Amino acid sequence: MANQSQDSMAILGKALWEENPVFRQILGICSALAVTNLMVNTAIMGLSLIFVTAMSGATVSALRKITPARIRMMVQVLIISFYVIVVDIVLKAHLPDISRALGPYVGLIITNCIIMGRCEGYARSNPVWPSLVDGAANGLGYALVLLGVAFIREVLGFGSVFGFTVMPAGFTRWTIMVMAPAAFFVLGTFLWVANTFAPAKEKK
Amino acid sequence: MDGGVSAPVILFAAIFTNNILLVNFLGMCSFLAISKDLKSSIGLGLAVTFVMTCTTGLNYVVNTFILIPYGLEQFRFIVFIIVIAAFVQLLEMIIERVSPLLYVVLGVFLPLITVNCAILGVCLFMIIRGYSFLQCIAFGFGGGVGWWLAIVAMAGIRERMKNAPVPKALAGPGITLIVAGLMALSFMAFSGMIQMQ
Repeated sequence: MANQSQDSMAILGKALWEENPVFRQILGICSALAVTNLMVNTAIMGLSLIFVTAMSGATVSALRKITPARIRMMVQVLIISFYVIVVDIVLKAHLPDISRALGPYVGLIITNCIIMGRCEGYARSNPVWPSLVDGAANGLGYALVLLGVAFIREVLGFGSVFGFTVMPAGFTRWTIMVMAPAAFFVLGTFLWVANTFAPAKEKK
Repeated sequence: MDGGVSAPVILFAAIFTNNILLVNFLGMCSFLAISKDLKSSIGLGLAVTFVMTCTTGLNYVVNTFILIPYGLEQFRFIVFIIVIAAFVQLLEMIIERVSPLLYVVLGVFLPLITVNCAILGVCLFMIIRGYSFLQCIAFGFGGGVGWWLAIVAMAGIRERMKNAPVPKALAGPGITLIVAGLMALSFMAFSGMIQMQ
């Protein structure tokens, strides 16, 4: 058991920093940019993604011995879609406002390459428990980066954090931060900072 | 909610003012990966345009005549992704048989397209906005052309950038994102021309 939890910690560390899906592998950028204008939306999106990645990782892993190799992509997509529909129904029922704000991006979790990447790269050839941890850890790594981007955009764009005003009254809002280009700039700068402090290993 | 907007307006808006790549961030993954190379960008852009136009039409039909009458809207995600995957598979087989030349140009990109979020995204957007059939086709085609325009422009910029002194830590995806930001900024200049949404 001790050994197992150590492994879990290793997976977590890897997913959060060394192989962070956003910084290192540039996966799942689409939604990373679209939902980060407000921190609340981002937090919900992050949680949904953690749930979907972890559960579909576990399911793919549980079925790995009986899934024919030829149609495994299709099977994975169906498993992922199933969990995304669960998330969509729950959001619509309990958080209708946020569900409306996220719009099509909830459905687009299906095509988020992080989930496919983890299913294909990890869950397919590992037992259920590590796959669950691996999925959750990668989802968390993604959610944290998103929250970072959203924090900068919300503080500068709306002068608030999670909807609470933090900037002094005279603060001029940076309208650009709310709009699309700022998402590119902020994430680009994040990549720059991340690569400066921990240069990516040379890949050939 | 855009019931009154005519198809040509939607077409124009999807290409310029509401570019799915630069405003809605759809299809970023393949955009970042492929835009290194101008030739592949043109091929992928063409494939995306074609598949997007056809799948928006197909999914509109499926949604209107199958999902809504039978109350299956909740399964939309699964059905759409299956329609897209099946269409791409079929298209690949047809192209391989009919035109080996076209297969060489487009073939390699077709499998990539199934997981391109732009295709699914456009299909979901058109449902949320409640477009008619003609509007859907215009939106799909315009979205594809807009995506193609953006990736080809980016590939051109990146070819030039090979000679520019980019800081080492910023090179690759980092600088691409920032250039995309600048492109998005310049596309915003079109936004006064049409009011959409």
